[in-house]
Amino acid sequence: METARFSAIDANSTQYWILLGTLVLGALVGYLAAHHMDVEGHHITGMSNQIVWGFPHVAAVFLIVAASGALNVASISSVFGKVDYKPLARLSALLAIALLVGGLAILVLDLGRPDRLIIAMTVYNFKSIFAWNIFLYVGFIFITAIYLWMMMERKMNRFSKSAGFTAFVWRLILTTGTGSIFGFLVARQAYDAAIMAPLFIIMSFAFGLAVFILVLQASYAWTQRQLGDAILHKLRVLLGVFVASVFYFVLVYHLTNLYATEHHGVERFILVDGGIYTFLFWVVQLLFGCVVPLVLVFMRPFSQSRHMISLASLLVIVGGLAQLYVIIIGGQAYPLVLFPGMEESSSFFDGVVAQYAPSIFEILLGVGGICLSLAIVTVGIAVLEFLPESLSDKALRLESVTP
Amino acid sequence: MRDTPDTTEKISTGRRHFARGVAALGGLAIAPGVFLYHTAGAKPDDQAVSSQQRWGMLVNTNSCHEECDACVTACNEENGVWSLGRPETDAQWIRKLNVRDRQTGHVTSMPMMCQHCEHPPCVDVCPTRASFRREDGIVLVNKHTCIGCRYCMMACPYKARSFIHEPLEDQLPHSPRGKGCVESCTLCVHKVDRGDNTTACAEACAEEGHDALLFGDLNDPESEISKRLEKYGGTQIRADLGLNTGVRYQGI
Ligand code: SF4
Ligand code: SF4
Repeated sequence: METARFSAIDANSTQYWILLGTLVLGALVGYLAAHHMDVEGHHITGMSNQIVWGFPHVAAVFLIVAASGALNVASISSVFGKVDYKPLARLSALLAIALLVGGLAILVLDLGRPDRLIIAMTVYNFKSIFAWNIFLYVGFIFITAIYLWMMMERKMNRFSKSAGFTAFVWRLILTTGTGSIFGFLVARQAYDAAIMAPLFIIMSFAFGLAVFILVLQASYAWTQRQLGDAILHKLRVLLGVFVASVFYFVLVYHLTNLYATEHHGVERFILVDGGIYTFLFWVVQLLFGCVVPLVLVFMRPFSQSRHMISLASLLVIVGGLAQLYVIIIGGQAYPLVLFPGMEESSSFFDGVVAQYAPSIFEILLGVGGICLSLAIVTVGIAVLEFLPESLSDKALRLESVTP
Repeated sequence: MRDTPDTTEKISTGRRHFARGVAALGGLAIAPGVFLYHTAGAKPDDQAVSSQQRWGMLVNTNSCHEECDACVTACNEENGVWSLGRPETDAQWIRKLNVRDRQTGHVTSMPMMCQHCEHPPCVDVCPTRASFRREDGIVLVNKHTCIGCRYCMMACPYKARSFIHEPLEDQLPHSPRGKGCVESCTLCVHKVDRGDNTTACAEACAEEGHDALLFGDLNDPESEISKRLEKYGGTQIRADLGLNTGVRYQGI
């Protein structure tokens, strides 16, 4: 059935090695930053007993959420039977694995005791959604790898549909699990919302696709392979739909919170007087992360330009990081309420908005994780046959008519 | 085969081994915390922690003075929780919380610490079971298995936990602490286990003559704490969360 010809990209160019070298260096610097944090202790970071999860978590959660979404393209072809997307399925699965590995690396390196990773892998508390997530993440990598193998090994092709289906279901559970990490924190006003899990699923669609589009465009442009308009514009419209859905869910989230009196404080904080969080919410997340990309992908003449599609994807990523920053860090900055309606004060920052600014080490760790993910993709497409030789309209149309 | 003195000896040693084995297994079953007692050097091995007790505290905010922090100082000394001069990252097991009514301006002062919840969110979320609740109601962190993920800090409604942000020195043998792990009030478990029947904070409060803190067994109807609770009642902070806290407050 599959007629697209796949081949590994040619790694014998200076540009390729510069790219790979930069990414590996970025990952290495991230690792060294984490090592430094580990030796000195977290007091050299911006994190504190008030903000216990900082920028590394923002980057890690972004990558993990995007990983699940990056698999979307493969799911659309295998689960929903849209053959046009089929040539993209391999890259989609590779990207999913790579993003997840990058995200997990950040999470592990930011632990207080990363040396005890083995405990986290062997002792499970089945009541803990965190423990479930460890299991879900490892399973995701495993299942997606099998799915890839089914797609790439001709003899196994006939199983690829069921493998794709398994991966699809698994990754919906996985993102639900990631969202639930926050949803379970009932005492924290910002997270006490049932909508957290579906919100994360839809966020994963948008972020994952944005990363996918950028990687696809870059790898085709830099290897002089043809990427036709037909497939790119399909992805563009899809991105628009996902971004609009994120917008809708964010709206519902805040409207329901505004409805519940006990959440007025935190809503006011995020929407009106939260300083940096209010700015990130309105300007970066909503304006640049939602509105501008929607204009770019749906309005002529922007929507006809490849550069604008890249820009829209980039903005969705930036907006997504801002959104997670607001959720994760803004949610902690707003003080816990022990006595509703009363004014609290103590030597432990009760009743005051916690201050946080990421340190250089945290940023390097976060960026390092992103570099690691991209390095995996860069190596992957050079050693195995992930990319179709051509995605031109002609090649694709040919494909869709051959049985 | 005849029972020579030799074999009897062997059998009884065998039995002793067996008995010790059973005891050890029993010990394993009680709680992962057995390990912690050893390092803390607190609890005699032959006594199991049992759910017959539920240790708790009663705070009478009417006797608690706003300017007094004797409980905090005593806790820090007892458990070696030294300040490193960095308020944002320094550990605080117990703190004085002042709550002001916006309408009347009335200020209520009280110590705030781990509430030793019966249904502790920190234990529920901990991926490695490092956070655990002993049979007698004391919630602890096993410093050998805590990976420092800080999820428990996110989950605790009372901000009772601290992460250790830097290498520590001069730790006390009964109070193991270390960089990269999370810790909180242990209800002076080492004192409880050696039968002191009180905590450092409660002792200090009594010494100050304020008597705002009372430690005791909530399951024993004859204990002072149970009697007072029965007579005057006691409130849980954030009772809406249904955690059934072991620390109760009066006057709030
Ligand atoms: S007060 Fe916090 S740390 Fe203590 S048992 Fe309850 S949830 Fe855990
Ligand atoms: S920081 Fe330690 S005690 Fe707290 S949830 Fe993580 S592993 Fe458990």
